[in-house]
Amino acid sequence: MFSEQAKQQLDNLIKKYPNKKAALLPALWIAQEEYGGFVPPEAMREVAGYLDLPPAEVEGVATFYTMYNKAPVGTNHIEVCHNIACMVRGADELISHIADKLGIEKGETTADKKFTLSGAECLGACANAPCMMIGPKYFEDLTFEKADKIIDELARK
Amino acid sequence: MSEQPQLLFKYRNVPGYDNIDVYQKHEGYNALRKALTMAQDDIIGEVRASGLRGRGGAGFPTHIKWNGIPKNWDKPHYLVINADEGEPGTAKDRELMNLLPHLLVEGCIIASWAIRANNCYIYIRGEYMEPIAQVRKAVAQAYEAGFLGKNILGSGFDLDITVHQGAGSYECGEESALMSSLMGERGMPRHKPPSAPLPVISGVWNSPTIINNVETIAAVVPILNIGGAEYAKLGTERSKGTKLFTISGHVNKPANYEIVLGTPLREMLDIAGGPLDGKKLKFIIPGGSSTPLLPATDQYLDLPMDYENMAAAGTMLGSGALMFFNEDVSVPKLMTRLMHFYAHESCGKCTPCREGTNWLTKIHDRIMAGGGRYEDLDLLLDICNNIGGRSFCALGDAAAMPIQGAMRFFRNEYEALIPKESLAKRVFTPLPIAGAVH
Repeated sequence: MFSEQAKQQLDNLIKKYPNKKAALLPALWIAQEEYGGFVPPEAMREVAGYLDLPPAEVEGVATFYTMYNKAPVGTNHIEVCHNIACMVRGADELISHIADKLGIEKGETTADKKFTLSGAECLGACANAPCMMIGPKYFEDLTFEKADKIIDELARK
Repeated sequence: MSEQPQLLFKYRNVPGYDNIDVYQKHEGYNALRKALTMAQDDIIGEVRASGLRGRGGAGFPTHIKWNGIPKNWDKPHYLVINADEGEPGTAKDRELMNLLPHLLVEGCIIASWAIRANNCYIYIRGEYMEPIAQVRKAVAQAYEAGFLGKNILGSGFDLDITVHQGAGSYECGEESALMSSLMGERGMPRHKPPSAPLPVISGVWNSPTIINNVETIAAVVPILNIGGAEYAKLGTERSKGTKLFTISGHVNKPANYEIVLGTPLREMLDIAGGPLDGKKLKFIIPGGSSTPLLPATDQYLDLPMDYENMAAAGTMLGSGALMFFNEDVSVPKLMTRLMHFYAHESCGKCTPCREGTNWLTKIHDRIMAGGGRYEDLDLLLDICNNIGGRSFCALGDAAAMPIQGAMRFFRNEYEALIPKESLAKRVFTPLPIAGAVH
């Protein structure tokens, strides 16, 4: 169930668009926040109810976009850009390095649920390759050492 | 190396330039004050005089787009900013929004006034959470200062700006798909003219809509400050002004640079610090991953970087994502990575793109795994021909063009990956041509 605060946020959001449906993408972002980092079917149903949309339509939209997680992810979702600008500056090697460090494969989550490692399509930091994003934050001009330091710090938290 | 005039990046290094007070101390919101005293047609006239062309990739003249919007306040008009920067190699809008968010906000207000819009939506790609926070902060500051909201600076003009966060889809950078996404739908493209009206007549919510790239809108601010004619003195005959270029790959100083259109590629390479570790360069991708590559030979390095010269060389200036690659890079391997990207990002609406990008990926995978057949090379080109111009939107073309460029200049690298026994057989079966009668 959405919190009162989330409902307030949604009501404010809807006012910014000519109709309720247009608030669907932002509403799904709120839902993802409310449901702990992913959008389960009940979250989609709740959004549908709030925006007067068929649940199937909400599911259709939620599954189209890659950033709405359909399953729980680790506390720190590490997404390393593997597109060409990063690839030629060592992204593949960086992904293997992080995978080895965490003892998982790309696409997996560590047993303690602290880290999920994914490859990402161009993150738009091509002049600072290779790069990765963890949650909302970008980390650029990465080396193995820099990446280790960032991950070690997050592991301590 | 000539000094590059800086219009957008003029105050990039001023600390706190993302805050409204610092921004205002450096000519900030001067252009807006001027614009609100001007008639709409006069603003469009300045943009016309500047020769500004869309900076998102297509290079369409901005004033023609703006002129198409109805010249009355009868229906709601919308300004939509395309900040769904996703073209591999492009990172300019991110830097602009991170460091110069008020330049975008000021441009939005001016453009909204010029096209008679009371609502503006800035659609920013979902991953850009830091730029989103920056632009939201700038919008909030602009409201507080009276540059947004009701009766802006006593002009009687009302405007609201909403920052809309995308959710991870390359396809949403396509104008009509972005409109779908903004309206709360899957990010799929819509019918285009002549089978549907232009967005300036019927865009989002069936209302007249202008969609512009972040950089295009930001460029309106210096254009009004210095005047369209002055802006047009920079650049070449048909490619005017400055452009932001993301220079990446194997160079010593990869970064975003503001460079006058028409600057030779070689000079741009120098600006970016020359080839990384002095290693010989092999090829260039001039305008983002969708634009066909060019070999890094003197013939091409001497070309001026503008819309016309890139088109004449068989490629595009695109979004200004200039990538240099050295001899360590295998062209087929790079293309394989790109094809995985396009197949992943194809929205699935139309068959040529949905199926074609998957086949291009599968064939590349098989060639890279050593299972390629000689006829695969022509098959790749045949698939490209059947996607190009036949898909619903430009994503299909964007997947086909890089292969065509790679095959034009580096077919030998593909051939080298084909096992010898297949090369010896060389079965030439004529391939069916789409549309031909059998």
